[in-house]
Amino acid sequence: MQHAVQADEARTTVPGDEAATGGASGPAPGPAPGPGVERAAVEPVNKGEQRNLYAKRKKIYPRRARGTFRKVKWIVMAVTLAIYYLAPWIRWDRGPNAPDQAILIDIPGRRFYFFFIEIWPQEVYYLTGLLIMAALALFLVTSLFGRVWCGYTCPQTVWTDLFLVVERFFEGDRSARIRLDKAPWTARKVAKKAAKHVAWLVIAVLTGGAWVFYFADAPTLAADLVAFDAPLVSYVFIGLLTFTTYTLGGHAREQVCTYMCPWPRIQAAMVDADSMVVTYREYRGEPRGHYRKGESWEGRGDCIDCNQCVVVCPMGIDIRDGQQLECINCALCIDACNGVMDKVGRPRGLIAYDTLENVSRRATGQSLRVTLLRARPIIYASIILVVGAVMLGTLLTRPTLDVSVLRDRNPLFVRLSDGSIRNGYTLKVINKEHDTRHYKLSVAGAPDATLSVVGESGEAAPILTVEPDRLASFRVYVTLPAKDLKRSSLPIDFVVEDTASGTRATYDGIFRGPER
Amino acid sequence: MAGHKETDEISGTETTGHEWDGIKELNTPLPRWWLWTFYATILWAIGYWIAMPAWPLVSSYTKGVLGYSNRAAVAESLAAAHAAQSRYIEQIQTASLEQINASPDLLNFAIAGGRSAFAVNCSQCHGLGAAGGHGYPNLNDDAWLWGGTLKDIAQTIRYGVRSGNDEARVGDMPAFLRDGILDRQQVSDVASYVLSLSGKAKDQAAAARGAEVFAENCVACHQEGGVGNPEVGAPNLSDEIWLYGGDKQTVMTTIANGRGGVMPAWTGRLDGATIKQLAVYVHSLGGGQ
Repeated sequence: MQHAVQADEARTTVPGDEAATGGASGPAPGPAPGPGVERAAVEPVNKGEQRNLYAKRKKIYPRRARGTFRKVKWIVMAVTLAIYYLAPWIRWDRGPNAPDQAILIDIPGRRFYFFFIEIWPQEVYYLTGLLIMAALALFLVTSLFGRVWCGYTCPQTVWTDLFLVVERFFEGDRSARIRLDKAPWTARKVAKKAAKHVAWLVIAVLTGGAWVFYFADAPTLAADLVAFDAPLVSYVFIGLLTFTTYTLGGHAREQVCTYMCPWPRIQAAMVDADSMVVTYREYRGEPRGHYRKGESWEGRGDCIDCNQCVVVCPMGIDIRDGQQLECINCALCIDACNGVMDKVGRPRGLIAYDTLENVSRRATGQSLRVTLLRARPIIYASIILVVGAVMLGTLLTRPTLDVSVLRDRNPLFVRLSDGSIRNGYTLKVINKEHDTRHYKLSVAGAPDATLSVVGESGEAAPILTVEPDRLASFRVYVTLPAKDLKRSSLPIDFVVEDTASGTRATYDGIFRGPER
Repeated sequence: MAGHKETDEISGTETTGHEWDGIKELNTPLPRWWLWTFYATILWAIGYWIAMPAWPLVSSYTKGVLGYSNRAAVAESLAAAHAAQSRYIEQIQTASLEQINASPDLLNFAIAGGRSAFAVNCSQCHGLGAAGGHGYPNLNDDAWLWGGTLKDIAQTIRYGVRSGNDEARVGDMPAFLRDGILDRQQVSDVASYVLSLSGKAKDQAAAARGAEVFAENCVACHQEGGVGNPEVGAPNLSDEIWLYGGDKQTVMTTIANGRGGVMPAWTGRLDGATIKQLAVYVHSLGGGQ
């Protein structure tokens, strides 16, 4: 914003610039009504017609750009859309007792499957860690390269781009679309518009349709959806996403970025003078003006004011006004301007990715400075590394057997008729293996302890059976002779050992007796 | 600032007239679709009034054409829950207590159902954790006045103790001093003897005198050595568990005045399946025989 203001001021000081003279002058004063009476050329500021509480959206007709960044955007669009639509169809064999879908959010079964990773609800901190890393990655990329997320990979950008392709296919490029919108309603216009909206709706339905495949077995659900046999919630979500995709991609477009998205506001805090952003090299372009072939370039800027950077902009802004909240850094204006510069025989890069620092250094002829290793990106990167390392470490060393023990609080302990003391525990065993496991339960730290499990015959070392990929709960009683209890509490360990693999899990528990 | 509007020079946008330390707030117009969204929410609200219960009236409320009601939804969920339980309830009705105890599914269901029935009906006297209290037996331990097998527990729950039911468990501990059966010295001696059974007696001579009194007056119910008899609800006097207290004063009070706790009969108040679940639950608390 600051930059835009400076640019404005700079331009007004340039003599002969159109902006300076074509400014806020009202209608020319007419003949004076009489001697001594001065006629002011002014409109009342608070005139009723000028009081607009609500601004009507001015439709933007972005023109197709051609060039390097447009190509990159095509590739990114193809890759991101392919990931979104195809990812649920990737199969991943996990054996007999687990789904074979690579990415599956199984809400009724309370599991999240991601290739070789399986997340239980109590491990939702992995999701938290992932979100922290995603946010920090966004910060890191933004501090280095500006809003590349917005310009290339944000779903709003990708789908808007896709919808624009469809629009261009049916209605033609910018000028054809403007003409069509102004033209009276003929059968031909209706046909074009209808075809466009139908195509948009088909894309929207497919988008919503792809979403629900992440939550159920994709091939089964696809068959059910077609047979109108799928759960209602699937259709509700398809409808919801159809509506949002159609509205946001087809109609709201830049309004989402400008008014709904918080990121443009946050990004101001993320970028600094050393971040790569889409810039207009004002020192080179100004004073701008129309150019006729063969004219000298002496005493004028390279900008020929052809407005190609403006017409390709999907946000409807003029990059020459400087850094703006609306700019998503999609770099299409760079492509447009480079094409023009090639034609008029001037060097490329009048609009280019550059840092604000380097733009001012170029203007004064100083040596350039590229400092990727600044405190800000280093801090972001190191936090990402730490969080990532911790997550990876815990994920790889995550046990497939887990035990937790909850001691009865009511009653705290039970005195038996021979004077011995008994404690009750609720023991929960998690079996993350995909087959049924049998575990041997024992207690360490109290040699005279006797164990019994409700529902099991009273053997010395009870066997606990847990179904594949399940948690099972057991009631366990531990009895100790009174003489073993020197104090009111005694630490004891519950040891659960897999009879097949020998894997052990231990829980540090407490045995309580009467106060002494 | 009313009536006076000014325009920001750089942006050409009207200001709100608010100023903080020289910074003025621009009065940027909202996008028009925002307004349409607002109108859409109003339309939605009107549709909601028509479809759903909304407006309170004097003695009623507008019901809404969809006829939705929270109460009906709860009743529906309850009916669904009962329907889901009925499979187990039916099995519990027909199965014997031993069969329930042997089947893991039925056992889990019965323990869960018994726990909630216990909390509603039994916890007032026996406590939520079934740990009992003064005069109310602890159901977690392995001492049973009337027997700790599944059958015994179910019998006690069904007909109660001294409840007035024809099948009720009845036992009678006489008031030995009050009714003049024993004199004060004998009561003190027999109390010493009773305490000696669990190694607590201080006066061995008194305990030896008390042994004779015990043999004449108490053995009929409490058996030789004071091991008790669940047939008549006579507690084991030789263990560590005391329903009313194990100090000499309390034991003397018990002998002098007799004891006789009451437990209501639950047959007729609870259905058969619930009583079975309660029996299985109490049995599972750790002391079941």
